[in-house]
Amino acid sequence: MSVAKLRVFRGDAQGGEEKEYEVPVDEGMVVLDALFYIQANYDGDLAIRWNCKAAKCGSCSTEINGKPKLACKTRMDSFAEGETITVYPIKAFPVIKDLVTDVSWNYEVSKKIPPFTPAEDTEWVMYQEDVERGQEFRKCIECFLCQNVCHILRDHNRKDAFAGPRFMIKIAEREMHPLDVLDRREFAREEAGVGFCNITKCCTEVCPEDIHITDNGIIPLKERVVDKYYDPLSWLLRKIKGK
Amino acid sequence: MEKYETHTHDVIVIGAGGAGLRAAIESSAKGASTALICKSLLGKAHTVMAEGGVAAALANVDTKDNWETHFKDTMKGGKMLNNWQMALYHAQEAPERVRELEYWGALFDRTKEGRINQRAFGGHTWKRLAHVGDRTGLEMIRTLQEKGIHSGIDVYMECTITHLVKDGDRVVGAFGYWRESGKFVLFRANAIVLATGGVGKAYKYTSNSWEYTGDGHAMAYEAGAELIDMEFIQFHPTGMVWPPSVRGILVTEAVRGEGGILTNSEGERFMERYDPERMELSTRDVVARSIYTEVEQGRGSPHGGAFLDVSHRGADYVKRKLPSMYHQFMEFADIDITKGPMEVFPTTHYVMGGVKVEGDTCSSTVPGLFAAGEVAGGMHGANRLGGNSLSDLLVFGKRAGEGAAAYASGKSHAQIPAELVEGYANELREPFNNTQGENPYTIHQDLQDVMQLYIGVFRTEENIQKGIDEIEGLKERAKVLKIEGSVMFNPGWHLCRDLKSMLIVSEALARCALARKESRGAHSRVDYPESDDEKWGKLNFIVSIKDEDMDVATRPIIEMPEELSKLFTEDK
Repeated sequence: MSVAKLRVFRGDAQGGEEKEYEVPVDEGMVVLDALFYIQANYDGDLAIRWNCKAAKCGSCSTEINGKPKLACKTRMDSFAEGETITVYPIKAFPVIKDLVTDVSWNYEVSKKIPPFTPAEDTEWVMYQEDVERGQEFRKCIECFLCQNVCHILRDHNRKDAFAGPRFMIKIAEREMHPLDVLDRREFAREEAGVGFCNITKCCTEVCPEDIHITDNGIIPLKERVVDKYYDPLSWLLRKIKGK
Repeated sequence: MEKYETHTHDVIVIGAGGAGLRAAIESSAKGASTALICKSLLGKAHTVMAEGGVAAALANVDTKDNWETHFKDTMKGGKMLNNWQMALYHAQEAPERVRELEYWGALFDRTKEGRINQRAFGGHTWKRLAHVGDRTGLEMIRTLQEKGIHSGIDVYMECTITHLVKDGDRVVGAFGYWRESGKFVLFRANAIVLATGGVGKAYKYTSNSWEYTGDGHAMAYEAGAELIDMEFIQFHPTGMVWPPSVRGILVTEAVRGEGGILTNSEGERFMERYDPERMELSTRDVVARSIYTEVEQGRGSPHGGAFLDVSHRGADYVKRKLPSMYHQFMEFADIDITKGPMEVFPTTHYVMGGVKVEGDTCSSTVPGLFAAGEVAGGMHGANRLGGNSLSDLLVFGKRAGEGAAAYASGKSHAQIPAELVEGYANELREPFNNTQGENPYTIHQDLQDVMQLYIGVFRTEENIQKGIDEIEGLKERAKVLKIEGSVMFNPGWHLCRDLKSMLIVSEALARCALARKESRGAHSRVDYPESDDEKWGKLNFIVSIKDEDMDVATRPIIEMPEELSKLFTEDK
């Protein structure tokens, strides 16, 4: 059994520092196991969120060697022998303690998105091919890694203007639901700020569920918004109706 | 004492998995001011891990299906020990509860006709499980979460409830702490719904998340409520075996539902010997025992499990119907399940026993206290069928929400004495003040070893007694705990109370297991291998607190009315 060196951020909103730990590595072990080992053997108060330890709940998002990842899905044998592994909290959200950050902003944004709205006389018939796009977005485990790497949120901290990739696909999912009748294009543009996304696809790259956030979600959403606002016919109608 | 927040609601729901969310939605819809309190962030509860599907006799695929058949399957799966009233409501109401999710935005997999698709599962006569690939739980929790946040519910996230507060006989509040800050919080309420899930973290190998520490079971017990049939804990036949770090993670029954085959090291399809009729789709208790026995008798896979192979269905089909399983094995075990078999072994999965409730409102034996979902007992009897837990939490979540709102209506809030609250606070802070004491992590690991070793798939009087002795020792050691650090987000401190809950639940499990001198469903006694329908088949076990000690008593099961019991005689 080999021994790995981890440097883990310990601290809170006031600041903190890296602390080094040595952890024995067993076959198939993941970074989350190493953090458990630290809790049980060195520092019982090391704070980390986790639930399922099976990459299904999206709780243990961290930055491992600078890369946004789920700690439960990052295997220790993915590092070179003797490589030091750093574990930091995700950077786009304020640190509470150690590896735990304040992600409550995401829940506020989520609540603002107009819910699924079917017609009153809906016949509940939907075909597989019609639900598949929505199903792709609904695979989202809300790990917020996409929010964490989005330049608009991470580098420019425009949480006031842009809802972030996670919620772009949530809006897209509603918009593409075969039985939804509400129009969220104005919301997408005005409230959620879909125009801020400049399609660098960083979000798609880090998604542990392999959701094509940009290609299948944000770009089609942008197109729909464009159709509404910049289509000459709709523009004329808006002028006439005074909207 | 230090300052604490107080919140006042008509109804508080503890736990925000499927049952808690469904209860809160219903309670709020009935006009009650409703709080939903959860240990984790919203949407992370254990329901998110449910995979295979939700059982409901929609009859979209097998048109012969109906509630009578679902009811019979459930009772037979539970070895007739189920609370028949609950099993009846469950079978009758599950279809509407599932359709309701669709009305709220859920996107289930479809049939060719555009209806909700259904798949086969163990112990279900017909194809009955509505599903979304192998991530049905995620779909359900997201749908309920969405409905919930637009239902006027106050959600309190990352808040652990540690004590139920009583005024005379009835519960009037709940006390706990914010995980983030470590500060205390008091909720005043006229009705409380427990929806805290299960107890799997008392075991070493489990499919359960850290939250599954039996909090609701323990708090109800401490508040004087009765628990029922705690000896029945389900070992899911197929958990991952290798590598060690993922041992116990669930391999969905949908693998077998989609045609997966179990074999031993000799290449033999061994289910032929244990249940030739239902084979791999036998009930979970039978399949778990079969795999266990094969390994015990030396016919196990290299890492001590059985082989489960679904690769014959073709790579495209497997990836479409079982995408999570494909990724899980690829990423954690370097195994491509579209090309070859997985290795599987039973893993602690679900507790059938729980807070004893009335089927109509989910009320416990303590006035004002309700329970729904896994924390409630009775619905599944001695063994739960796959898919019946997701339907259970919908049906009884709704009923508990209704029941709690009706009970709370018109009642005024009781005054909660400050000394009481101070007592709870002091008790919780103790591990910070102790200059010497045990490490809670060490005791937790020891408990997991004890439960794994002595209260497992197969049990004997000698082993169970050893388990009880060990638990008694651990209870003593757990009296003085010591932890490091501050009150802010301190997992070591959090474990101190969770550990106490796990010890209570483990003792209840062990004592009931000792008392039931027969084998039935998930409870397999090597020293009493047969079921005794005339004696033990007519008795439930009731656990309650008597003068600080745990009391285990028997009580006759509630007999089914004739119009239902004849459903079973017609079969013969």
